[in-house]
Amino acid sequence: MNVSLIQSFINLIAVLLLALGIKGLSKVRSAKEANRLAAFAMFLSIIGLLTYYLGKPGEGITQQSWLWIIIGTFIGSLLGAILAKRVPMTSMPETVALFNGCGGMSSLLVAIGVIFFQRNETFIQDISILISIFVGSITFSGSIIAMAKLQGWLSTPSWTQSKIRHLINISIAIISLVAFLNLIQSVNTSTIWLLVISSTILGIGVTLPIGGADMPVVISLLNSYSGIAAAAAGFVVGSQLLIVAGAMVGAAGLILTQVMCKGMNRSLVSVLFGGTLSSQSKKLDSGGEYKNITSCSVEECALTLEAANKVIIVPGYGLAVAQAQHTLREVAKILEQNDIDVSYAIHPVAGRMPGHMNVLLAEADVPYEQLKEMDNINPDFPATDVVLVLGANDVVNPQAKSDQNSPLYGMPVLDVQEARTVFVIKRGMSAGYSGIKNDLFDLPNTSMVFGDAKQVLSELMAELKELGVGAK
Amino acid sequence: MDFSQAFWVLLLGSLLGLELIGKVPPTLHTPLMSGANAISGITMLAALTLIITAKNNLPLLIIGSISLGFALFNVVGGFVVTDRMLAMFNRKPSKKLK
Repeated sequence: MNVSLIQSFINLIAVLLLALGIKGLSKVRSAKEANRLAAFAMFLSIIGLLTYYLGKPGEGITQQSWLWIIIGTFIGSLLGAILAKRVPMTSMPETVALFNGCGGMSSLLVAIGVIFFQRNETFIQDISILISIFVGSITFSGSIIAMAKLQGWLSTPSWTQSKIRHLINISIAIISLVAFLNLIQSVNTSTIWLLVISSTILGIGVTLPIGGADMPVVISLLNSYSGIAAAAAGFVVGSQLLIVAGAMVGAAGLILTQVMCKGMNRSLVSVLFGGTLSSQSKKLDSGGEYKNITSCSVEECALTLEAANKVIIVPGYGLAVAQAQHTLREVAKILEQNDIDVSYAIHPVAGRMPGHMNVLLAEADVPYEQLKEMDNINPDFPATDVVLVLGANDVVNPQAKSDQNSPLYGMPVLDVQEARTVFVIKRGMSAGYSGIKNDLFDLPNTSMVFGDAKQVLSELMAELKELGVGAK
Repeated sequence: MDFSQAFWVLLLGSLLGLELIGKVPPTLHTPLMSGANAISGITMLAALTLIITAKNNLPLLIIGSISLGFALFNVVGGFVVTDRMLAMFNRKPSKKLK
């Protein structure tokens, strides 16, 4: 039987499974199986490729090739698996960014390998190589910067917030474009490196000014780029499967980016070119002083909680930083033993990434039914006795509804101020991601409990136990 | 594979990608992104092709091998990490059954 026919057949099945995988990943019920299905499809595609070369007369795979395949496979898979197993759940976003950057790097290397050693000098191949280099470099450097920023290794340098950055980025983009056009006419080594370097710098220049809050959107966009880079690499080596899979990821990534933007009420343009929210708000915000802050002790907080019937917990990034999810779960258990109704309000963009809080709370064994999405829980706040805001800030800022001049205006928020009492557990008075004053803190029914989330929660637990709560 | 054929494949692949994702619950944004990211490591096939067709060209073999390493780092890491994330959601049905 014809081997290329077998490969085509295997590839067709792989594409089908990949499509089903992406589709399934967007539904809660099928997500886990879908992920495994996609992984299996990838494995299948390797089998297909090896079958093709092994079975094709006059082709075969030399021993030397096998050696290098095994080396690459072994090191890459092993490191990937180790990192993926070891990384704590709280640093998921930066891990995804790192993986994504490596995907971009891979496409870049394929393009460089082909242009130096295997060029067949067709116009289409040349263009695909150049696109692969351009997009691959941007994906790589952009993802690495995104990772470094999320890890806290890099802050946002203040000069990147000035308008000059646009000028710099545009100049670099023009240099890349010129190099690109030059290479279409004639390929030479130094221009190739110019393209690699300028597009790498472009990736850095575009990602660096973007604030932490918008990073998830950027990672999603870069993920879409790495799909495009893969599709371009598909043109380079003439693989249909690569083109389909790359195009699929590229397009799906764009849609996901759009969905995420909507969740944050930000447009993609303002994410990419607007700089951080705080730099925008500095211009807008005039009186950023708090006038009516009430701070209270853990003891008072415990007393109020003891008397409550319904408690809603609003987790945010601060909870993830403090790694307080397990302590939180313990506190919630104590309250539940006292017949207090406890639920968790999950804002779609709480934390550093959509879904961040769900993952975090799931790690602490919080029952899934207690996690309520914003639209479902907002009507519950007026009938709630106590709201505990744990390290969340912008997502509970009433300004988003009341102040038309606020940069947050229009972002959907949790209406915690409707509850009878709100406790905000926070390390200090610093602003959230957006750098915007939170009107919630000034309200008469809000009390601040200052301290690290984990420490406050364990103190709270001790106080509750002393009051005899949960000691049935 | 000629160009027009490749172009059609690109076009249809993109349309498929656009259609695949409609509504995504916020919970799944991160896993979906991570899973799609793992799939973008499909460049591993390009890297493999490079190594296989390199014959005895050592620099090309090395570039291909590094490229394959990066791609598989992306693929294996991506799927494992997605699996870990999703494993956390999957506890809910077992809880419900109890």
